[in-house]
Amino acid sequence: MATCLCDAFFDDVARATVEVLEHLGCTVEFPEGQTCCGQPAFNSGDWPASRKVVRHTVRTFAGDAPVIVPSGSCAAMLFHGAPLEFESEPDLGDVAALGHRTWELADFIVNGLGVTTWPGRCDARVAFHRSCHSRGTPSGEAALQLLESITGMTVLPFGEADQCCGFGGTFSVGFPHISAAMGNLKLDHVRETQPDLLVSADMSCLMHMGGLAEKAGNPIPTRHFAQVLRDALTPA
Amino acid sequence: MPTQALDTFAAHLSADRQQAVRANVTRAHDRRTAILFDQLGDPDALRRAAGAIKQHVVENLDTLLPAAEARLQANGVQVHWASTPTEACAAVHGIMTARGATKAVKSKTMVSEEIELNPYLEARGIDVVETDLGEFIVQIDGDHPSHIIAPIVHKNRREIATSFERHGLGDYNDEPEVITRRARAHLRQKYLQADVGITGGNFLSVESGRLVLVTNEGNARFCLAATKCHIAIIGIEKLVPRDRDLGALLNLLARSATGQQITVYTEFVAGPHASGQVDGPEEMHVVLVDNGRTEALASDCREILRCIRCGACMNVCPVYRQASGHAYRSVYPGPVGAVLTPLLAGKQFPAYADLPKASSLCGACNEVCPVDIPIPDLLLRLRDRGKREGAPAAKVGTPPMGAWALLASQPTAWKAALAGGAVINHLPTKLLPIPALQSWTSTRTLPEWRGGHFRKWMKSRPQPQA
Repeated sequence: MATCLCDAFFDDVARATVEVLEHLGCTVEFPEGQTCCGQPAFNSGDWPASRKVVRHTVRTFAGDAPVIVPSGSCAAMLFHGAPLEFESEPDLGDVAALGHRTWELADFIVNGLGVTTWPGRCDARVAFHRSCHSRGTPSGEAALQLLESITGMTVLPFGEADQCCGFGGTFSVGFPHISAAMGNLKLDHVRETQPDLLVSADMSCLMHMGGLAEKAGNPIPTRHFAQVLRDALTPA
Repeated sequence: MPTQALDTFAAHLSADRQQAVRANVTRAHDRRTAILFDQLGDPDALRRAAGAIKQHVVENLDTLLPAAEARLQANGVQVHWASTPTEACAAVHGIMTARGATKAVKSKTMVSEEIELNPYLEARGIDVVETDLGEFIVQIDGDHPSHIIAPIVHKNRREIATSFERHGLGDYNDEPEVITRRARAHLRQKYLQADVGITGGNFLSVESGRLVLVTNEGNARFCLAATKCHIAIIGIEKLVPRDRDLGALLNLLARSATGQQITVYTEFVAGPHASGQVDGPEEMHVVLVDNGRTEALASDCREILRCIRCGACMNVCPVYRQASGHAYRSVYPGPVGAVLTPLLAGKQFPAYADLPKASSLCGACNEVCPVDIPIPDLLLRLRDRGKREGAPAAKVGTPPMGAWALLASQPTAWKAALAGGAVINHLPTKLLPIPALQSWTSTRTLPEWRGGHFRKWMKSRPQPQA
């Protein structure tokens, strides 16, 4: 699942995801009919609209193959959010079944495939933002484990790492002041460590933080976790 | 574009106040983390166990409440039931009137804020004095608590010193020790003059009828020691089945709230003083308050009734840290308040339907909750309800999702939109009449639209060797 953000803005992240999975020997299928996981409407409170999109997603991803998503947030939508909004719906079973075979990318690599180290090289000091949708899941640890295993890479600890970056989907436009204040606080903590890259497994967080930094005239290089893995395979 | 009221409040909050709130609650959160994880092997297991105990209470209130009443009565306690704030206030006033009492000292109780007890009593000529230092300062300032554990987390010592001076408690002096000594001397007299002591209650054991009161200042015990009549006002969800359940709950309450192993004072009050006991109230009343809790129980958000009012969720909440407690326009701020307030509001739900929106759904509140309440899930359910009921407050700043859902369930239309979206790269976003886009770009840049690029690559690339 490429996710709607990568479909619209971040094609290289979707591409890196495919390349990382193929490096691991997976055959990647891309169901052409895919759109979005349904999260925007779910978080906005428009559950009927969200259920419509989730049903489409369930049909599009029919089958038994694991569904891999380069986003903790979209993955959590499928294994947690969607079953919540389908609690009283007749097709809860189908929705839950899709959730059960949906994996966030890092979780899939480490806990699905059992791959715990990453080859190649990347000479960089990175700040890894553990996105909030990976709370209570093995994703954050998995991503960290892989990043730390890359030769040449240093993952820098920074302050208040457990605090949200302030994106929050439509929260970012309904509460623009608080959202930006949260993001700037996160950026301050990140910048203190002077990283070469700000890395996350969610493009939504990076789009928010990167957008804030750029708008303020002080851009920060951001990279998705999948891009970091892919690029490490062919070091410059 | 119009933004949410809570966001506007935060935007206008003075830097001083915002920094005071953030620094104080961040410290409380850090203390909590240290004392839970350094000392307990598996605090998450304890949180889940405590959650199960409280969920059991919530699921069995119908039988536990009558059992608690019977046990209390057997202990010599008079029990009063109140459905509404007015009934609860009238019960307290009635008890005082029957004794000819005109002066009350009061220990910190959030349910009394909920029922607005102080203005009710004051309007009827009763002198009622808050004895918790924070609540006392709130009272002399005519303010409202902005945090359920630290009512004056939004104030600094200079403001407090000014209030004391204005209230005739001595010349300006902002030394914390001086402030505390002055409050102590003032309140000592109030205890001695008082006719009744009013408290809340942190827990009520159904098994023994013991009411548990925790404080760090010892003011609850002074209220009981100095008066002949004790009135405890508690929400109907405060029950625990057995005394032994208090082991887990008291452990978690103090650690989660203030980062202490246990509060400085923990009172177990089993009833009025027995014959032969010299001290203690000769009369004890428990007022059990519903005020919308039954409705919360009947909703799909009943887990919120597990809450033991530790405040850990507001301490960790990034939105609370930016906005402060008063932004929530209610007795209960922060994540728990964003769920509880609209539920307790009953028919006034639409007026508070914006509060569940005041969250990035980061889940930190659930992670720290001592009774493991799935707060983000409950916020989401209330967002769904706000939308279904067409509450205008919920709608502010939320982009309409109907057209998006249509697009996102028709692949052909979706692909066309991916291609067509590129037009945004060539338009000045400032001029586009899309409120969400305006709001986004007010503080952030928009990345380049690259709709369709990935799909093209996926199709055209040489197929990898099998």
